[in-house]
Amino acid sequence: MLQPAPAASADRRPATMHRIVREGGKGMRRRPLHAVLLAGLLLPLAMAVHAVEAIDDRGIRVELPRPPQRIVSLMPSLTETVCALGACERLVGVDDYSSWPPSVAALPHVGGLEDARVEAIVALQPDLVLVPLSSRALPRLQALHLPVLSLEPRTLRDVRRVLQVLGPVLQSGDPDTVWQDINREVQMAARTLPPRLRGMRVYVEVGSTPFAASEGSFIGELLMRLGAENIVPAALGPFPKLNPEFVVRADPQVIIVERTDAAGLRARPGWQGIEALRRNRVCALDPEQMNVLMRAGPRLGAAAHLLVDCLEGRLAAGGPGR
Amino acid sequence: MTPAPRAPGALAAWLLAASAGLLALGVAVGSMGWEPLLDETGAGLTILWEIRLPRTLGAWIAGALLGLSGAVAQGLFRNPLADPYLLGSATGAALGVALLLVMLGAAPAITAAWLTSLGLTGAAFAGALAAVALTLALARGVQHTLRLLLAGVIVGMVFGALASLVIFLVPELLRSMQSFLLGTTGYLGWASAGVLAVVLAACGAAGLAASRALDALALGETTAASLGVPLARVRLALVAVIALATGAAVAHVGLVAFIGLMAPHLVRALTKPTHRWLLPLSALAGGLLLLGADVLARWLLAPRELPVGVVTAVLGGAYLLALMQRRSW
Repeated sequence: MLQPAPAASADRRPATMHRIVREGGKGMRRRPLHAVLLAGLLLPLAMAVHAVEAIDDRGIRVELPRPPQRIVSLMPSLTETVCALGACERLVGVDDYSSWPPSVAALPHVGGLEDARVEAIVALQPDLVLVPLSSRALPRLQALHLPVLSLEPRTLRDVRRVLQVLGPVLQSGDPDTVWQDINREVQMAARTLPPRLRGMRVYVEVGSTPFAASEGSFIGELLMRLGAENIVPAALGPFPKLNPEFVVRADPQVIIVERTDAAGLRARPGWQGIEALRRNRVCALDPEQMNVLMRAGPRLGAAAHLLVDCLEGRLAAGGPGR
Repeated sequence: MTPAPRAPGALAAWLLAASAGLLALGVAVGSMGWEPLLDETGAGLTILWEIRLPRTLGAWIAGALLGLSGAVAQGLFRNPLADPYLLGSATGAALGVALLLVMLGAAPAITAAWLTSLGLTGAAFAGALAAVALTLALARGVQHTLRLLLAGVIVGMVFGALASLVIFLVPELLRSMQSFLLGTTGYLGWASAGVLAVVLAACGAAGLAASRALDALALGETTAASLGVPLARVRLALVAVIALATGAAVAHVGLVAFIGLMAPHLVRALTKPTHRWLLPLSALAGGLLLLGADVLARWLLAPRELPVGVVTAVLGGAYLLALMQRRSW
């Protein structure tokens, strides 16, 4: 995917690693000595301004005369990835839903997936716009000759790929370290899950119609790595609309759902017999927790811990009232 | 043009038999496609009783309400194109539901399912009534067909836009409202089926009571008035019937397109009844159509589910196109 720009492959890691982990002092990693030496040797070279290029999710090669300094991100997970790579201060605008890290709240918000305000984006004079593939603004931004990099992380592998594309483009942070941090957090979360909870049948609802997160979604991949069993197979697509009867028949032991939908679960025909509802094992997530879970970005480690909390019943709040 | 008209009674028997057949099919088609679940133990029975049966019955009754509402609208406005959508009542009902959800929060935390069901029906009824009243006011009565249809389209557009505005202002509603906009039969339980059945009984009785007046109206308003039909009162009652039937159906299954328009046409293509027969036959046909669409929606991609409104729109569009071709209007 990635075309390293000439002579710009130097290891220019930031002195302080961006913290994506929840625990305080675990983010620092010891760098091998030779890498430090190499970085030292190549530092003068790397400091010079170089052209960068990357191939985005459309398969288009995007070339930039120098690492971008004014970035607009139109997707929360891309915003979070930019910040995890330590380039947060180079963001000049984000979409309406980007909310993490808290510093992005102060930036201009330029609309959502369907209604990105092209004029506002142009007015920010970005030298890079990060656009999800599904954004309706993409062709318009392209036609206006804005430098557009189109990325859309949908799976765990995509998260790594996006990191590896963005790292060299931004000339900031180390994608591999960020990825390893995510991985370590997921592993740690998996280890904290008591063995008796392995193989629990889980249903993750992402929309009340009902839409579910299947084994094929990144949420499903996380659950699989935690050792839980998703009742929705990957063959149905990542986020299928289900026949509600399917959920009743699969009889999940834990239901993970947004808080506003949790209260109504019992009123659905036949659902009060589901084991998760009989035993009150409904994990009701508030909007901020839902954001952590629903974004395929650098906070997936935190999402894994959240899922473990769910499986262990620490977030159960599925009673009839709110 | 059409085959020899059948006796309405025979058609009713045929529609009833087909409905019964589809009812059995609807109970046998579940989340994994064809699986009658006859041999299973308590769990299977629970699923049949708690989920499939009320859902199947509810879909049929909602379709019957839409068919009835369409037949009443076409008779009352003496216009073969009048249907709950063209008069704006369906979008009005959707707006009512959206406003109620804003007030209660995106997912009503009411444990009693029938209370939710009644509340939604009430809100949808109010919205539908407001939309029809506005349509009639804009059209200055029902005398001018073209003006009536134009007013209906305008009111439908504006109410639909207002519902979109509500969703835009309260984004948490988006996912709950999506099911209304696409049409869904997934969460019909016994409470919903019960409320729908009561509404169908009331609307059916009112419609039948007014069937002679509708027949008279078909000859023109002056003739009807000279035949002793109390026009003002009948009109008011029938507009209420349309609003109630549409509102109840939309509150439970969402904006399901074409049933109200298609059912009366289907009946008239097969027989030439008076309203005494047309109204119940349209209800039967509407129930048959929506139930058929529902069974298809859960069967085609099982265990994934198509929005039922998409199925009815495709089927209804194809049918009306065929009708147009045959009649060369």
